[in-house]
Amino acid sequence: MADIAARGAVTISADGRSSLHKLMQRKSTIAFLMTLPLILLILVLVAYPAGYAVYLAMLNKGMNKFVGLGNFTFLFGRDTFWMVVYQSCLFAITAVIFKAIIGFVVAHFVHNIPTKGQRKWRGMLLVPWVIPPAMSTLAWLWLFDPSYSAFNWILEHVGLDRIAWLGETGWARFSVILVNVWFGAPFFMIMYLASLKSVPEQLYEAAAIDGATWWQRIWYVSLPMMRNIISITVLFSLIVTFANFDIVRVLTKGDPLNTTHVFATWAFRVGIESGDIPLGATVSLFMVPILAVAAVFILRDITKRGSEV
Amino acid sequence: MADAAIATTTAATPAHGRYGSMSRDRRWALRWSYFFLVLFACFFLMPPLYMFITSLKSSAEISAATNPWWVYSPTLSNYIELLSQNQYLTFFRNSAIVSVFVVIITMVISVIAAFALARMKFWGSAALATGVFLTYLIPDTLLFIPLFKMFAWVNDTFGIQLMNHWWTLMILYPTLTVPFATWIMIGYFASIPKELDEAALIDGATWMQTLTKIFIPVALPGIIAATIFTFTVAWAQFLYPLAFTTSTSELVLPVGIVTTLIKGDVFNWGQIMTGALLGAAPPLIIYAFLMDYYIAGLTAGATKG
Repeated sequence: MADIAARGAVTISADGRSSLHKLMQRKSTIAFLMTLPLILLILVLVAYPAGYAVYLAMLNKGMNKFVGLGNFTFLFGRDTFWMVVYQSCLFAITAVIFKAIIGFVVAHFVHNIPTKGQRKWRGMLLVPWVIPPAMSTLAWLWLFDPSYSAFNWILEHVGLDRIAWLGETGWARFSVILVNVWFGAPFFMIMYLASLKSVPEQLYEAAAIDGATWWQRIWYVSLPMMRNIISITVLFSLIVTFANFDIVRVLTKGDPLNTTHVFATWAFRVGIESGDIPLGATVSLFMVPILAVAAVFILRDITKRGSEV
Repeated sequence: MADAAIATTTAATPAHGRYGSMSRDRRWALRWSYFFLVLFACFFLMPPLYMFITSLKSSAEISAATNPWWVYSPTLSNYIELLSQNQYLTFFRNSAIVSVFVVIITMVISVIAAFALARMKFWGSAALATGVFLTYLIPDTLLFIPLFKMFAWVNDTFGIQLMNHWWTLMILYPTLTVPFATWIMIGYFASIPKELDEAALIDGATWMQTLTKIFIPVALPGIIAATIFTFTVAWAQFLYPLAFTTSTSELVLPVGIVTTLIKGDVFNWGQIMTGALLGAAPPLIIYAFLMDYYIAGLTAGATKG
């Protein structure tokens, strides 16, 4: 690229070397100017706040005294904090596993049917992912309503007991995970479907000739071929699910008794609603380790994927 | 494939020895696939469908506790009431203005930057591209508290009140949309053959001309995909408006519906569902018409989900 441009410069101008030098200089200047808005945005509105959060986490509630790790030790002594840690991990891990499984299964079903109909099904199945989560969670809130729940109506009509979907800890935890799975599974489905389509048909034919069962075909052909995309999708989803806010906030607001709070909703409760900004910042910082680990693995996978192509 | 499959049946199970069994297997596999697809489609489409059902009911019918899955006397009163309310229209207007401007700001910044990062290798460009990706992985839930404090500081220092204005969201949303849009645009630009822009450069085109005359037209599908995504993200954002805006005149749709239609313990479900459905309509309509771009962008960018 550079040498072609240089060759262009050589043929156009009489003195090759100095104008080449000038061109190179100009190119990097232009490039820098072109990325300047992006750099400023990242520095001012992402990098600085991220660093600032660490500083904030070390102040007292009035933000006029430096308390070091005081907020952290305070959190470690609180039961609610440990419950939030537990619930965040339970929520993220369970939801991601179910999203991945459902996405994988549904992708196979869509892949199985004739190509003509696939577009229609794919379009229908992606709908949950297109609706703003705050809006669709409202529908779920109404489906889970304590007195008019449409699910309980069905349960009663088949002779089962009503369920307090959002009123009991266990069911409330189940409900927030269910809504998250509902929202995220279509994304996995689309990713896996695209990846399934790129698996060469000959591999399945060869497997079929060798007498492989459908299970063996999935286990020995699909899975290894899709390994990279599976890991990237899972890691991505782990990040967003771990940092999820909308669903828990709209569905339960952390109730009953803070048992469904995840880091994000609890940070909001503590930091914005109760006005203890430093403590809220401290809570949200606990998302960083998981995010960092996932980010490192994603970067590794993406560069690997890049070098394979 | 078909004859290979037949070969399998005859080779692996000579006992059958007949053509029919494999195609029968396939037919059953197909039936089961359809069966489960219908099942999953029911699961995936139930909430929006239920939104629609409820939106057609009067509050009397909702509280009558009849079959919740059926409308006995459909009415449009919820829609009429909501759309004749200034408040809801204000939310809609705020959302629309914010989303459109965020799309414009995002696309201008990210297309230009992505071009520079994909084609004009300069000192630190590789590191910057990685930085963009890492920024993209930083969630809004990590940034809202420090940003909240920063905005308060801006007010104290410069006297500019950034809090509680809908236009503040136009500053905040790009933190989510720009890194993402830049990232997928880098991908699209990198897939354009180098010969194209080299030819343009040799013909004496400037970098800007190369971008506008070659890259933008060629990468148009990518630009459309990034635009759709930016719009969807901006339209759906919930945390920032919840934290940064409070007056009803400054709210955007998602927060407006959640905070104003739910008044204490009184839930007017008919209106809430109508509001949510209308609020979900713009992304859904765009999706219905531009589904292929949407899916292309989804798989190309390895988006968050």
